[in-house]
Amino acid sequence: MAVKKFAVACYDDEAVLFPAVEKVRRSGYKLHDVYTPFPVHGLDVALGEKETDLHVAGFCYGITGTATALGFMSWIFTKDWSINYGGKPFFSLPAFIPITFELTVMFAAVGMVLTYCYLNQIMPGVKKHVFHPRQSDDLFVIVMEITDPATEGEIVDFLKSTGSIETNVQVAEEGWWYGWWHKDEPYQKQLA
Amino acid sequence: MHLKYESFVREPLINGNKTYAQVTEDICRPIEQKPTKLWYLGFIFSLMLLGFGAFSVFWEVYWGIGTWGINRTVGWGWDITNFVWWVGIGHAGTLISAILLLFRQGWRTGVNRAAEAMTIFAVMCAGQFPIFHMGRVWNAFYVLPLPNSRGALWPNFNSALLWDVFAISTYFTVSLLFWYSGLVPDFATIRDRAKTKLRKQLYGLASFGWTGTAKNWQRFESLSLVLAGLSTPLVLSVHTIVSFDFATSVIPGWHATIFPPYFVAGAVFSGFAMVQTLLILVRKIYRLEDYITIGHIEAMNKVIVLTGSIVGVAYLTELFMAWYSQVIYEQQAFKWRVLGPYWWSYWAMMTCNVVSPQFFWFKKLRRNIVFTFLLSIVVNIGMWFERFVIIVTSLYRDYLPSSWTYYSPTWTEIGFYIGTFGLFFTCFFLFAKYFPVVAIAEIKFTLKTSGDNYKREMQHLDEKSIEEFIHAAEHAH
Repeated sequence: MAVKKFAVACYDDEAVLFPAVEKVRRSGYKLHDVYTPFPVHGLDVALGEKETDLHVAGFCYGITGTATALGFMSWIFTKDWSINYGGKPFFSLPAFIPITFELTVMFAAVGMVLTYCYLNQIMPGVKKHVFHPRQSDDLFVIVMEITDPATEGEIVDFLKSTGSIETNVQVAEEGWWYGWWHKDEPYQKQLA
Repeated sequence: MHLKYESFVREPLINGNKTYAQVTEDICRPIEQKPTKLWYLGFIFSLMLLGFGAFSVFWEVYWGIGTWGINRTVGWGWDITNFVWWVGIGHAGTLISAILLLFRQGWRTGVNRAAEAMTIFAVMCAGQFPIFHMGRVWNAFYVLPLPNSRGALWPNFNSALLWDVFAISTYFTVSLLFWYSGLVPDFATIRDRAKTKLRKQLYGLASFGWTGTAKNWQRFESLSLVLAGLSTPLVLSVHTIVSFDFATSVIPGWHATIFPPYFVAGAVFSGFAMVQTLLILVRKIYRLEDYITIGHIEAMNKVIVLTGSIVGVAYLTELFMAWYSQVIYEQQAFKWRVLGPYWWSYWAMMTCNVVSPQFFWFKKLRRNIVFTFLLSIVVNIGMWFERFVIIVTSLYRDYLPSSWTYYSPTWTEIGFYIGTFGLFFTCFFLFAKYFPVVAIAEIKFTLKTSGDNYKREMQHLDEKSIEEFIHAAEHAH
């Protein structure tokens, strides 16, 4: 985690954003990230992002739930404390199915959401730099990292040429940190 | 990029020439304004109902379950009736958010947020009834499979009642996670445009630090899809298991294999009616008619007439099976159900659930807001009677004529029911004031496919040949 310098370009239409993303990828400058107010289909492909494996994790959690429920109930009714309920067999598999199913779903859902929060680095109290207040409203924002101060002007000019409606340079923390959203951080105060 | 074209047979889902910014503005406006007098009035009234409910529950816990009208013959009365009724209402929310997502029904985006909120609040209300019906509520944790000091005693995993504990708690948890994972980006939207410090602080906390990078959204979509895939069998399993509470017993009137599908259809039926009741008010008060259109209301009315008819078929099948089974106990139970001392509840159910939704075969009535609103209330009254009929009219005359009885609730039972209305509407008023009642990000996602302005722009594509159409659609941007 470090405070770095970024060039920020805002677009107001996906139709302009996609060609811009393509140009950015071909330009050779270091792309930090693209922020959008809603899921733009195909943007992950355009950026060359791999498909997420989140659903695989979900499957693993689900299987864990199935095994936990089945194993636990079988152990209790056949080993730990067998009780004769109306002459039913101790190991009455059909009667275990409903709880097994529920726990499969419960484990899969809870596990996936926690993994999702971990991967996306989101949690109550987490704070990240917002490059443009309208990036969650109606603007699509491409953020480039300025690795070499000499190229700053070059990158800004390049971004302007891709059809952005607003371009600027910002100093910002690249990762996340704990903080209150109504308070400015030291590096933000310096900027102001 | 996906093809932003949708047939003109489908009416626009978003009216009023909206832009992305306008969508944000329209949905965030009620949150950023001071609450109206009407809101305070409704909220305080709900709190009063909740207070009365809390007092009724206190009375029952203090003096014992004998303060209720239930007795040895009718062991389940209003409590379980209300439990099943509330759980059923919840089902529409999950159907809209999960099943309609898998079926790619675009109209769900306008209503899913409020419907899911309704699900969560309804399940909260439902959960109260079995818990306080236990009587010694401080022992409620006995249902949990905890290692304990009473010897190695475990709950009976073969019991449908225990399945219910797992089903309802899973249902509540998964619905809450699904709902909140969709809310996080919308809270970020409110946070980023917040003008006051407190709002920035609280929505900042609620938004979990969401910024909306491309990778975030990719995972968001993956999560939504899998949660929808999990919720779909889950919602069917929940009311199936609720119906097992009855169907796995050997009580005439309960012991029927038809129960699971019959209960699920009834649940969706009553749930959609409740969604109509709530959303017709919300769209009017918050002026969201552009997002929750007549088309949305009509689509939901179609679901109501379908599920209402399924429920009607189930009622008739029950009567037929009682006759066809040649079991005299079944036959007598249904004879008394239709013509016995509780005949009024059976016919109230039949009228409200089977006859009244048939009006929705007429397009004019499906698109009439006042009529829809009134009918949605009629349907919910009918569905309450359905549960009352199933529970009480199967129990009040058992195998031993000397135990036959007539059950009526006491004020504590009625107060408890009223109290859950208080809980439901207190939560719903808070939701409507502080949460985005329409999913902002999802609406923006569908805007260019089903917004009226964008559909008009696409109209010229319809006249083109297939090759021209593909070419034009690909280069539309």
